[in-house]
Amino acid sequence: MNAHSGEISAAPPPLAPARQRTPLGPGTPSRHGHLLGPGLLLLYWGVLSATGWLDPRTLPAPWTAITTGAELVREGRLQANLAVSAARAASGLLVGGFAGVLLAFLSGLSLLGGYVIDGVVQLKRGIPILAIIPFMVLWFGIGEPMKVAVIAVAAFFPIYIQTHSALRAIDLRYVELAETLGLGRWQFLRTVVIPGALPGFLLGLRFGATAAWLALVVVEQLNATSGIGYMVTLARNYAQTDVMLVGLVVYALLGFGTDGAIRWAEKRLLTWRRTLGR
Amino acid sequence: MSAVRIRDLKRTFTLKGVLNGVDLDIAPGEFVALLGRSGSGKSTLLRALAGIDHEAEGTGEIALPPRIAVIFQDARLLPWLRVLDNVTLGLPRQALPRAAQALEEVGLAGRERSWPHQLSGGEQQRVALARALVREPALLLADEPFGALDALTRIQMHDLLRRLSERHRPAVLLVTHDIDEAIALADRIVMLDDGRLAADIKVAGAKSTALRTTLLAKLGVA
Repeated sequence: MNAHSGEISAAPPPLAPARQRTPLGPGTPSRHGHLLGPGLLLLYWGVLSATGWLDPRTLPAPWTAITTGAELVREGRLQANLAVSAARAASGLLVGGFAGVLLAFLSGLSLLGGYVIDGVVQLKRGIPILAIIPFMVLWFGIGEPMKVAVIAVAAFFPIYIQTHSALRAIDLRYVELAETLGLGRWQFLRTVVIPGALPGFLLGLRFGATAAWLALVVVEQLNATSGIGYMVTLARNYAQTDVMLVGLVVYALLGFGTDGAIRWAEKRLLTWRRTLGR
Repeated sequence: MSAVRIRDLKRTFTLKGVLNGVDLDIAPGEFVALLGRSGSGKSTLLRALAGIDHEAEGTGEIALPPRIAVIFQDARLLPWLRVLDNVTLGLPRQALPRAAQALEEVGLAGRERSWPHQLSGGEQQRVALARALVREPALLLADEPFGALDALTRIQMHDLLRRLSERHRPAVLLVTHDIDEAIALADRIVMLDDGRLAADIKVAGAKSTALRTTLLAKLGVA
């Protein structure tokens, strides 16, 4: 080793250009990215149908849903049945929602109400909606009242449960504040309790609306003479797979539309919230 | 004559904080700071005066003026009400016009339509101050109102509270564990220890370094 080796090793290591690290996160999401999956499915379905791999008796082509749908609209059958179904679902949701909110407030705001109501509701919650249909038929017959009642019961539970838990979750600090400000009972209800429970109620309403559509599908296949479910049942008897397909698409659109409408209302009513999802 | 008269006040809780015979008088317009270690009963006393200690059991006499306002450690604004509506919450109709003026006094003119979450922590606490002032209280109860704020904001809030209490002259009971805050703001400092009043010192005229040493010694720190 010569005398210079010490000097060389003491020199700082040469600088390398800054290296961009390989990003490990998923990256920036695209706005309409979630349409990719359904789009691919539709494409797959279309290709199978167009090439004849998919027998139309098993599942008609996607465009058949559109042409058959248009035809049903021309005949007036789709609108008429849709109106009947929507009215059933809406009245069931209204009755169930009203009962859900009323009982949630009674049991959420008074100790006695909680003891009496909440226990019963939790007990009933364990029984599947389909299991009570025989009793509903026994009590309400097989006409419209039974259908609305089943839908109302189905919509009641999520609305009751979410509203009730939102009421129970109202911050005690706000209750203390209301006491120090000398708010009366009604004022306390209006300015603290109702706005505090509103997010929970709206969440329950979303679940409740979905439950109402599900219950509608079931009750419309029981002795119905009108409605989308009836249209589908009838089509099944005549092996009209294209009409059955239209029925499914309509159900999907209705569920999707209702959820979107409630989410829109949520956005308008809860502007005070700052959330991640927005 | 006093704004507040407390005699032999006793409170017990199942969880924490006990009062063991407290006597205290606060004169109208007097600014009293209540010092004490954690668990000495400071908040228990304040909650008893605010009438929100439902879970406590106790005896004793409390005489209070009719109009009381409370400021908590958190601003405690209702998140679903805009700033102005938070200030006017529970206010009689004829008092509503004062709310905008109260917001101006705390330096938040123009923020009436903001949501609470759009304000900083210090601004939220100023809204709480406006909400208290607009009630024109004869007694202002404040439970460590600046405890959650950063040091610089706290100094600004001290100035604001001092100015406002000099202008409106409510009797003030400020619960704090910050000796400097107590010396900076109060006319009189009382100290709780183990549920009893352990010290009662006039701030006016006292040298603040000497006062500080005395208080620290009484708190068992130095």
